[in-house]
Amino acid sequence: MADPMRIRAQAAGDKATVRVLMAHEMETGQRKDGAGKVIPAWFIQDVTATLNGKTVMTAQWGPAVAKNPFLQFNVKGAKAGDKVAITWVDNKGDKRTDEAVVS
Amino acid sequence: MKHTRRQLLQRSAVLATMLGGLGLLPQAAQAAWNKAAFDAKNMADLAKALGGSVPTLSKDVTLTGPDIAENGAVVPVGCASTLPGVKKLLLLVEKNPAMLCAMFDVTDAVEPSFATRVKMGQSSNVMAVAVMDDGKLLYAQKEIKVTLGGCGG
Repeated sequence: MADPMRIRAQAAGDKATVRVLMAHEMETGQRKDGAGKVIPAWFIQDVTATLNGKTVMTAQWGPAVAKNPFLQFNVKGAKAGDKVAITWVDNKGDKRTDEAVVS
Repeated sequence: MKHTRRQLLQRSAVLATMLGGLGLLPQAAQAAWNKAAFDAKNMADLAKALGGSVPTLSKDVTLTGPDIAENGAVVPVGCASTLPGVKKLLLLVEKNPAMLCAMFDVTDAVEPSFATRVKMGQSSNVMAVAVMDDGKLLYAQKEIKVTLGGCGG
C-alpha cells in the first residue's frame, strides 16, 4: 500500500485551490538497472478528484509525470468545510484515496 | 421461479459485461486509459488518437514553466486557458520518448488551469493543448532548456 497523499485545499473567494502531493515512484520503463535489465514501467494512470462526493476532475497521466507527483487545480464554488477527495490508480492496479477539508 | 446453475452463470456473465461496459469495474477503468494517445510520437499521431484536427496556435491557451530547468526529472509546468468550452487540457514534451505527459478532463466545476511537474529527457519545446467542445485543438508552446548537473550547454 502506498504512502498517503498530502492534500491542501484553500478557499479564496468563490473557488478553492487544491494542491496535492502524491507518493509514487513513477518509473518510466525507460531506465535500466545495474544489470542492464529494463525496470518495468510503474506509474499513476488515472487521477480523480471529487468535491463532496461529486467528481469534478479526472486526469490521465503518462510515465512522463515526475516522481512523487504534484498537482494543482482550482475548484469552482467550493467553500470552507467542503470535502475534497483524490483517488489515483496506477498501471499495476494499485489505488489510493485521501481526503481533505477545504479551509 | 427456480434457476438452474447454468442460467445463473449466464446471467452473472451478462451482468459483468454490462458493468464493464459502464466503466464500473476496475479493469474497465484501466482500459479507459488512452494508450494510443500516450504512445504517440508526434503531433499527427496524437491528433489522430484524439480524433481532432491539426492543432493551431492560440494566445488564449497559456503554458507556464521555467526558461531553464536545472533538473530534467522535475520540471514544474502549468497549462491554462481563458476560453469557455475547453473539454481537455494536455501537456506535451516534444522530445520525450512519448510526447503526451498528462491529460486533464475539464468539467464545469473546475477551472481549465492545472499545474504539475513533468520529466524531460532533454531541452525541448513544451506544449499545452486545449481540446475544445467542437473538436478543435488549440495550443501554446514554450522552449524549456534542461541543464543536467550543470554540464549541459
